[in-house]
Amino acid sequence: MLLLECPCCGVTAEETEFHGGGEAHLKRFGPESSDQEFEGYLFNRVNPRGVHFERWRHVNGCGKWFHAARCTVTLEVFGTYPAQTVEPPQILRELISSKRPGWQWREFT
Amino acid sequence: MSTRLAAGGRLLDRAKPVHFTFNGKRFTGVEGDTLASALLANDQMLMGRSFKYHRPRGVVASGAEEPNALVGLGQGARFEPNQRATTTELFDGLTAQSQNHWPSLEFDIGAVNAKLSRFLPAGFYYKTFIAPRPFWKHVYEPIIRQSAGLGKAPKEGDADRYEHFYAFTDVLVIGGGVAGLTAALAAAQSGAQVMVLEQTAHWGGRAPVDGGTVAGQEVSAHVDALVAELSGMDNVRLRLRCMGSGVYDHGYVLGYERLTDHQPEAGGPRHRLWRIRAKQVVTATGAIERPLSFAGNDIPGVMLASAVRDYVVNWAISPGDRTVVVTNNDDAYRTAIALKQAGLEVAAIVDPRPEAGGALTQQARDLGIRVEQGRAVAKVMGAKRVTGVAICPHAGEGAALETIDCDAVAMSGGWSPVVHLWSHCGGKLIWDEAQAHFRPDAERAPTGHDGLPFVTVAGSANGEMGLASGLADACAAGLKAAAAAGFDGTATAPEAEAPEEAPLLPVWLMPQGAGPALRMKAWLDFQNDVKVSDVQLAAQEGFESVEHAKRYTTLGMATDQGKLSNINGLAVLSQSLNTTIPQVGTTTFRPPYTPISMGAIAGEARGETFQPLRRTPMHGWHEKAGAYWEPVGHWRRPYCYPRDGETHAQAVEREINQTRKAVGLLDASTLGKIVVKGPDAGKFLDMLYTNMMSTLKPGRCRYGLMCSENGFLMDDGVVARWDEDTFLCHTTTGGAERIHAHMEEWLQTEWWDWKVYVANVTEQYAQIAVVGPRAREVLEQLGATGMDSQTFPFMAWEDRTVAGIGARIYRISFSGELSYEIAVPASQGLALWEALHKAGAGHGVMAYGTEALHVMRAEKGFIMIGDETDGTVIPQDLGLGWAISKKKTDYLGKRAQQRTHMTDPTRWKLVGLETVDGSVLPDGAYAVADGTNANGQVATQGRVTSTYHSPTLGRGIAMGLVLHGPDRMGEVIEFGKVDGSRVAARIVDPVFFDKDGEKQNV
Repeated sequence: MLLLECPCCGVTAEETEFHGGGEAHLKRFGPESSDQEFEGYLFNRVNPRGVHFERWRHVNGCGKWFHAARCTVTLEVFGTYPAQTVEPPQILRELISSKRPGWQWREFT
Repeated sequence: MSTRLAAGGRLLDRAKPVHFTFNGKRFTGVEGDTLASALLANDQMLMGRSFKYHRPRGVVASGAEEPNALVGLGQGARFEPNQRATTTELFDGLTAQSQNHWPSLEFDIGAVNAKLSRFLPAGFYYKTFIAPRPFWKHVYEPIIRQSAGLGKAPKEGDADRYEHFYAFTDVLVIGGGVAGLTAALAAAQSGAQVMVLEQTAHWGGRAPVDGGTVAGQEVSAHVDALVAELSGMDNVRLRLRCMGSGVYDHGYVLGYERLTDHQPEAGGPRHRLWRIRAKQVVTATGAIERPLSFAGNDIPGVMLASAVRDYVVNWAISPGDRTVVVTNNDDAYRTAIALKQAGLEVAAIVDPRPEAGGALTQQARDLGIRVEQGRAVAKVMGAKRVTGVAICPHAGEGAALETIDCDAVAMSGGWSPVVHLWSHCGGKLIWDEAQAHFRPDAERAPTGHDGLPFVTVAGSANGEMGLASGLADACAAGLKAAAAAGFDGTATAPEAEAPEEAPLLPVWLMPQGAGPALRMKAWLDFQNDVKVSDVQLAAQEGFESVEHAKRYTTLGMATDQGKLSNINGLAVLSQSLNTTIPQVGTTTFRPPYTPISMGAIAGEARGETFQPLRRTPMHGWHEKAGAYWEPVGHWRRPYCYPRDGETHAQAVEREINQTRKAVGLLDASTLGKIVVKGPDAGKFLDMLYTNMMSTLKPGRCRYGLMCSENGFLMDDGVVARWDEDTFLCHTTTGGAERIHAHMEEWLQTEWWDWKVYVANVTEQYAQIAVVGPRAREVLEQLGATGMDSQTFPFMAWEDRTVAGIGARIYRISFSGELSYEIAVPASQGLALWEALHKAGAGHGVMAYGTEALHVMRAEKGFIMIGDETDGTVIPQDLGLGWAISKKKTDYLGKRAQQRTHMTDPTRWKLVGLETVDGSVLPDGAYAVADGTNANGQVATQGRVTSTYHSPTLGRGIAMGLVLHGPDRMGEVIEFGKVDGSRVAARIVDPVFFDKDGEKQNV
């Protein structure tokens, strides 16, 4: 059972206090988008072996959504950050680079 | 025969006899016995039957790894199947039954399977029960079910209590043997909080039986001193009878404590599940001895050498008068020595090693024990009990040199570290060539949230099999774990002495060249009857992956999960595949380590505490009124209120007639109520609902539909605009939490710059629907003014005082009647409910339930989320195009609804359905069409989504989704019934009653 730190209220808690919400940093495509764009937004997800960015909600706590950077192989949590962003913070990306040199996820490195 | 020795028994208190029954027979043991040792003391070696061939089986081990001696314990509501006799502590009044036989343990009809064994090879089920297909359900399945399964499932509810405990610790030590205790002391002396779990009732593990000295004293004395020291430390918690069940992500561990299994009269919970968070985990889980694979190794009387030694030393059991020890290593010589020292005869030690021996061999020889080197057991003689062994050269094919009479065989194929807990969370293994076993690879430990290792292994679990090296390893492990948890310290392991041991000889089949006849009698998995020949057959048939071979042969799939058979099985597999053992690898180790009770997993979450029950302020009133309840989400809502002698259908009819004729009351408090507030609230709701909400005027209400981003209808309800910045969104009863979360998600993760707050106020308000032609009169009687349609029209809301209570009244209708939904603070709900009953008495007012609500909404053609929708239905399917804004450039689901499948004209559409004969259509029935589909089934052209008897119309009415339905008004189509017959129904307008809405608008 994972331990995660909620970046909004600062609590470190058990996975049962949170609820996973799938892949992070999806860009919404609306009525003007092409079929391909909409399919990518609604259905296509990466399933990486290694560095991954995902959404969590502190559902049995402060109720806030946040993002976590995690290794899907070792379950190491590199860090968590508020959901109100379109890309992972630079400092976190540098930390991941120090632990997983050459990592890439979607368009982020 | 097996008997109790006159003296000895390390764990026994002979002054206290204990009475118990086995298969109805009365036996006596003594305090300190396990069920297994007490049965052996009474010469009951035969303890069970195997799963497939029903072969007679005796106890083979002395601990958690036991595959054979499984019994049903207790009676009635305390009956539990498949309990290991070896881990069952004896108590007065214990009742046990052996399993898997008929009519009796001694004589079992099913044993005929053994005679047929050549026709029951690996994969028998897959090969046999294939054709013909119609036999699957009615012939094969009943046969397989009849013969499958070990113990019987209990028939009554569990009479015991269970509980969960939560614990946090710096260092958790799993295993209370000498290694675990040594590691715990080292960690505790460093200052860390330490918790130690031991699955048995005794500290020290097997070291006190094996002998040697620690710090100049006997091992058992050293263990006592260690436990005394640890008990005196404030930072140490010690738990006996508590198994480390599983190690999970980020240092989460489950402990399974058996509190009263050994003293059922003690009261209190029976089992306790410990939910532990540990910064560091030390697994000191010891090692398990492996059987040897020779013909007849499953005959009762053949036991693990370590188990024989345990029974002699711990419980003063003579397993037989003459024992043959067969071993590929020095350790089992200890068994021969222990038997000899107990005054029993050791007929021979059969040792396949050409030249054996360290100090223990010499000691055995000095005691006058015959040692046969380079020899093997060709086969064991006997049926329900060992009568002798034939010995042969190990290098040969099994030609017997000599037969030795004996009534017990002690076997040892070497030791395998218990790596389960290390492996549960991703720890990797390496193959130790010299000791012929897998042990943890410290370089590839399970890692925690910080990416650093959180499990350390200590002692023989780490492959350190010697006493001195094991203690040194454990001390280092304790220090390492404490340091990783932030506590640096120093400690040194005590000096230990034990005889030097010579290397073992890996033996996977005995004798080395054993032919087919012997291999067919050489068992690997005792419980599931998997033999060497089965694994070889699986390999021949192409099951090369160990995971496939396991499932094909059922090797290691028994309740012991391969604790004895795993390594032997994959060694045989690797030889058959002509590859190495590490290349074959192990199957996956999964928690729990041994089975844990369902009760412990449930804990206190059973019955009323399984999940919370949500009650409206009027719940108690409904209960007193005799409501028949319907669960809706976590709520209970009255389905109807049956009166004296009424059926539910009669009650529903009465409630509807009263409401349509005069006035009825509905407790609508469970409806979701979500306040959406802020300058951007209108803009936000325009995105959430398919229709336009931002144009709604304060004081007015509007029905809205909510879709998922995938376009499907997910909820509906009336939205009221309280003021410029504030809306109240009603949701379905079951949808409040989900819709609130849906709003939060979009606000927090997509439109976080919009100025909107949402709050779920469902439980803050009680809401009562006053429904029917007399509704207005009732409210006016309670002092409400300005209720006329001019002042207070349909789809408006007003604040009024009703029965002296400040209320917000929504004039909305889900029944088609004149209807007011009155919201008051929850604390005033019951007072208003009772006042309304009093005021309406003259009109015959009565409460109505959810079924009346459903029928009345269906009479009006209103859809119900979950009836007309099922997650694949879009608003356009339901004729709700009027509620979808054409002006809005975007809303959730809009893009999805543009996809070709969503705009397909052949999507089934909502219509009303009236049976030609007036009967009620079956719920969920399909409308049949001409021809058949690709699977040869009758083609369909629609289905029923809601169906009721309408008391208002005096006939069956239904709604359904039908191909081109709205274009086929008046057409009669047929629906299939479960009995194969068909019923004809006419396609009609879904609004069956008061099509122009005259009643609700008055």
